[in-house]
Amino acid sequence: MVTGAAVATAGLSVDYGDGPALRDVSLTVPAGVIGAVVGPNGAGKSTLVKAVLGLVAPAAGRVALLGDRPQRTRHRVGYVPQRSSVDWDFPADARDVVTMGLYRELGPFRRPGRAERERALAALETVGMGHLARRQIGRLSGGQQQRVFLARALVQDPELYLLDEPLAGVDAASEAAILAVLRAERARGKTVLAVHHDLGTLRDYFDWVALLNVTLRAQGPIDAALTDEVLADTYGGRVPLPPRGPARAAGAGLEVAPAR
Amino acid sequence: MAAGAVLLGVTSGALGTFAVLRRQSLVGDVMAHAALPGVVGGYLLAGERSLPAMLAGALVTGLVAAGLAWVLTHRLKVKSEAALGTGLGLGFALGVVLLSYVQRQPGAGSAGLESFLYGQAAATLRADVLVLGGVAVVGLGVATLLFGELKVATFDPVWARARGHRVALLDAGLTGLLAVAVVIGLQAVGVVLMSALVVAPAVAARQLTRSLGAMFWTAGALGGASALAGALLSAATPGLATGPVVVLVASAVAGLALLLGPERGRAAEA
Repeated sequence: MVTGAAVATAGLSVDYGDGPALRDVSLTVPAGVIGAVVGPNGAGKSTLVKAVLGLVAPAAGRVALLGDRPQRTRHRVGYVPQRSSVDWDFPADARDVVTMGLYRELGPFRRPGRAERERALAALETVGMGHLARRQIGRLSGGQQQRVFLARALVQDPELYLLDEPLAGVDAASEAAILAVLRAERARGKTVLAVHHDLGTLRDYFDWVALLNVTLRAQGPIDAALTDEVLADTYGGRVPLPPRGPARAAGAGLEVAPAR
Repeated sequence: MAAGAVLLGVTSGALGTFAVLRRQSLVGDVMAHAALPGVVGGYLLAGERSLPAMLAGALVTGLVAAGLAWVLTHRLKVKSEAALGTGLGLGFALGVVLLSYVQRQPGAGSAGLESFLYGQAAATLRADVLVLGGVAVVGLGVATLLFGELKVATFDPVWARARGHRVALLDAGLTGLLAVAVVIGLQAVGVVLMSALVVAPAVAARQLTRSLGAMFWTAGALGGASALAGALLSAATPGLATGPVVVLVASAVAGLALLLGPERGRAAEA
């Protein structure tokens, strides 16, 4: 495994009991990239994220996260799970959820105070949600909920962001806001690795890619790794979108209109 | 008696918040029904009517039944509600058989064991209130002390684990708190209906509040008020069991909150 890599796996296999979800994946994500993990449904993308975080036990292989075992380093990772992983009917407003990102450093017995609330508010402002800080999370749109999750990671000031489909089902304003934040974090020297589903935006949004379909089909800087042959191999010949489609407006520099 | 009712109502109501948000209401019902063999077993082991022994027995058999349901679901691939139904039925049946055996023994009639079926607040002795108070202080104290940890483990357990929170430990703690919420009211409300006193105040409180802390204490207040009203009403009516009255009051409160609650009630939708 390469030292200095943000994420490195060697021969990683995961099996949920009905066939392998991941098989012999040796992934090396260099520090400082804004990377995507792509592949068809059921390719094991979410499983890879969870295995990298040590949330599912591998059947074989090893994981190094920020250079050490995930159980020792994962608290330094800003994990953004899929939006559907929680019940948004929970009694909390946006600021409450973002503040939860600070509970670990507070320790089990201390309550968040003014300093923590202000840090949470600042993170919400960074994702363009400052004006919705006190809104109940169940009354936010899907894109706004996703931005709350990103702010909960942002407030930790992590070295690495691991995001599971952060752009799935979000509105254009949220997509632009999320992308702008991830680019700004990368510019600060952070590493970003996101599960992504939209091949049409892949080249515009990311500079590094891993193509996965149970096994790892290719990885590397996007221009080198993302070839038509690899795409056809990963998606079994059914590529959902042409890889070199018309470039869509990238999120950087866009004004984020506050959604009401 | 009134103090005991308020105490158990507040504790069950407040701790019920976590049961409802974690979708564990049915687990509470399993624990309550399966507490009956533990109550009778505790009585048999102590050789006399000893509330600490009976509550300890209730905790043990309630947790065993919940554990059995967990094993059926997670290890043997039985559907969750079928597994819970099995745990509930098995525990309760065992309890009823034990109870009918014990009640034919001399001296058992005065132990008030049958009050554990439908609840009799008047059966709560002064010494019992001290025991219940101790359990309540421990349950509410643990929940208050670890409130933030319990919050993250309830809202987003997978993320919380990745963030370095001790979620497995917190899960065990929350299961323990649910068991406390259930056993504390067994004598006054009864094993059959106890889970309603855990669930109904939290359902009502969810309609009225915007934060977990507010929901927790509102559920506690509504639980305490329901238990007190039920205890007073049943005490004023000879032969009326406390449990059904408490549950009717708590359910009426929940129904009103669902209709009129400012946060999510039907009126708020309009």
